[in-house]
Amino acid sequence: MEPFIRHTGTAAPLRRSNVDTDQIIPAEYLKRITRDGFEDGLFSAWRKDPDFVLNRPEYQGVSILVAGPDFGTGSSREHAVWALQNYGFCVVLSSRFADIFRGNSGKGGLLTAQVAQSVIEELWTLIEADPSLQVTVDLDARTVRAGDLTADFEVDDYVRWRLLEGLDDIGITLQHSDAISEFEKRRPSFAPHTQ
Amino acid sequence: MGRTLAEKVWHNHVVRSAEGEPDLLYIDLHLVHEVTSPQAFDGLRGADRPVRRPDLTVATEDHNIPTIDVDKPIADPVSRAQVEALRTNCAEFGVPLYSLGNVEQGIVHVVGPQMGLTQPGMTIVCGDSHTSTHGAFGALAFGIGTSEVEHVLATQTLPLKPFKTMAINVEGDLPEGVSAKDIILAVIAKIGTGGGQGYVLEYRGSAIRGLSMEGRMTVCNMSIEAGARAGMIAPDHTTFDYVQGREKAPNGQEWDDAVAYWKTLFTDDDAEFDAVVDIDASTLTPFVTWGTNPGQGLPLSASVPSPDDATDDVDRVAIERALEYMDLTPGTPLRDVAVDTVFIGSCTNGRIEDLRVAADILQGRKVKEGMRLMVVPGSARVRLQAESEGLDQVFLEAGGEWRGAGCSMCLGMNPDKLTPGERSASTSNRNFEGRQGPGGRTHLVSPAVAASTAVTGHLSSPADLA
Repeated sequence: MEPFIRHTGTAAPLRRSNVDTDQIIPAEYLKRITRDGFEDGLFSAWRKDPDFVLNRPEYQGVSILVAGPDFGTGSSREHAVWALQNYGFCVVLSSRFADIFRGNSGKGGLLTAQVAQSVIEELWTLIEADPSLQVTVDLDARTVRAGDLTADFEVDDYVRWRLLEGLDDIGITLQHSDAISEFEKRRPSFAPHTQ
Repeated sequence: MGRTLAEKVWHNHVVRSAEGEPDLLYIDLHLVHEVTSPQAFDGLRGADRPVRRPDLTVATEDHNIPTIDVDKPIADPVSRAQVEALRTNCAEFGVPLYSLGNVEQGIVHVVGPQMGLTQPGMTIVCGDSHTSTHGAFGALAFGIGTSEVEHVLATQTLPLKPFKTMAINVEGDLPEGVSAKDIILAVIAKIGTGGGQGYVLEYRGSAIRGLSMEGRMTVCNMSIEAGARAGMIAPDHTTFDYVQGREKAPNGQEWDDAVAYWKTLFTDDDAEFDAVVDIDASTLTPFVTWGTNPGQGLPLSASVPSPDDATDDVDRVAIERALEYMDLTPGTPLRDVAVDTVFIGSCTNGRIEDLRVAADILQGRKVKEGMRLMVVPGSARVRLQAESEGLDQVFLEAGGEWRGAGCSMCLGMNPDKLTPGERSASTSNRNFEGRQGPGGRTHLVSPAVAASTAVTGHLSSPADLA
């Protein structure tokens, strides 16, 4: 995974709450067995509306999504993270993320930066006034900057470290193989086996 | 200070703990299905890593399969390729698989418990958010993404930060006709779709203890719809009786050892929860959703809400959007909402007790003309059990469809879908926009409300039937 230190780009305002992963990418698109090519499924139902924010000319080329509260609820499909990344998003900002989505994002290198809803509202106003506004999300400093606005965001310390270093989780865990083997010797004999 | 049930199970699975790092948690059982696993197996192949414990891993085909003509090749070539990828991957990595046509095939969360693989005190994961179902046994069970699926396949562990704990106390007697589904829909409406974020929920109280294992599974299944990754219920004799004698359950001395351990799995009197929610079971009634998230639910006796009822601007916009999508007018009694299709099935309500409740209501009655009733057992074994009890004949004689086991119309991924604008009363778990098919409109209901609605043609409870 590429290290993520800071990102600057334009942003799209998604003025919706409870954006569930079925909206981010409907199940119909989950039949593929690759990790790429999911951009066509991103928000596919909403993108049929020509006025949907991502269809508007001023929001082409965006890489930061500024969303309402409870983003990523529902299904555990990591395809939601891949779809956002395949489309070109590097960062999602929201006042609240669903746990599984946030975990999946951290694994895949999509930054989910949590800010107060008041910051989201300010960003929406700023972006809508000037869609070409450059927004900087600085993971090292844990800040988001846009125009005159500077706000801190929350991100898990460990996830931040892993993203900054670009580390692979499995590789880290495999360094503890001996501890896993030791634990396995202590497991109760009544624990079930599948075969 | 004592520990909560969740903390005890967590503590018993910590492989490694270090300051400033997540705990490394051992996983006792990893359930796998075709949709969230192919990229994980590819990752293993790319890194030349084996599956560490294929003997703690089991796969089934459920999401992306048809529920009719299951003896023929899957018609959709993209779906077929995904199912075939699972078969290839399981063969290559030595993971046992229950394929379409096998008597053990079914929805992954129905299969685990019925085989006896789901037991108290275990850690259970699956690349599916409804893994919370298994918490009904006092297991710590939660959904994971594909990267985590790969992680568990490679290491049989997951690095995790401890969850907070929330007690959901449901005390008192459930009124007649009120089911586990109504309890959980009421819980979600009360705490909201984000209310459980960061928490493990522990369902407690006399109304929970009074539920069967299948009812408890229905409750825990929808913990994720309240934002909680896991929901748990302390194991008791109802749990032990359910597990005993199943294929993968311990026997003899091991059974005694297991039960002795399982009896330690409860929240200590002096343990503290990070949050507590109290619900009076005696006030609950049949519950239905009106909107496009599972928190947008009300008693069946209520009316469609108005944006004016909103608590803030975000909520107001959410209500407006939901009403527009659902094509509902504020003030309409929910009982007057006409429905096109009734779906009975899913990992929430596709078990034998659910089918019995529905069949009891449909016995000697007919599905209203012009309506579609689709009944889909949660597993091949549930299907066989239902057929041995003649339930399939009840559904067929009422005018319903009786199908093979799978996720079916719960998620709009396989051929079983709503058409645009079609309205369903569904015993599944999600009423998101397009969840059951693009443009489809979903009302989440209990099996009793689903069956009653199939008879009347509008949202109804058994009390509404003549």
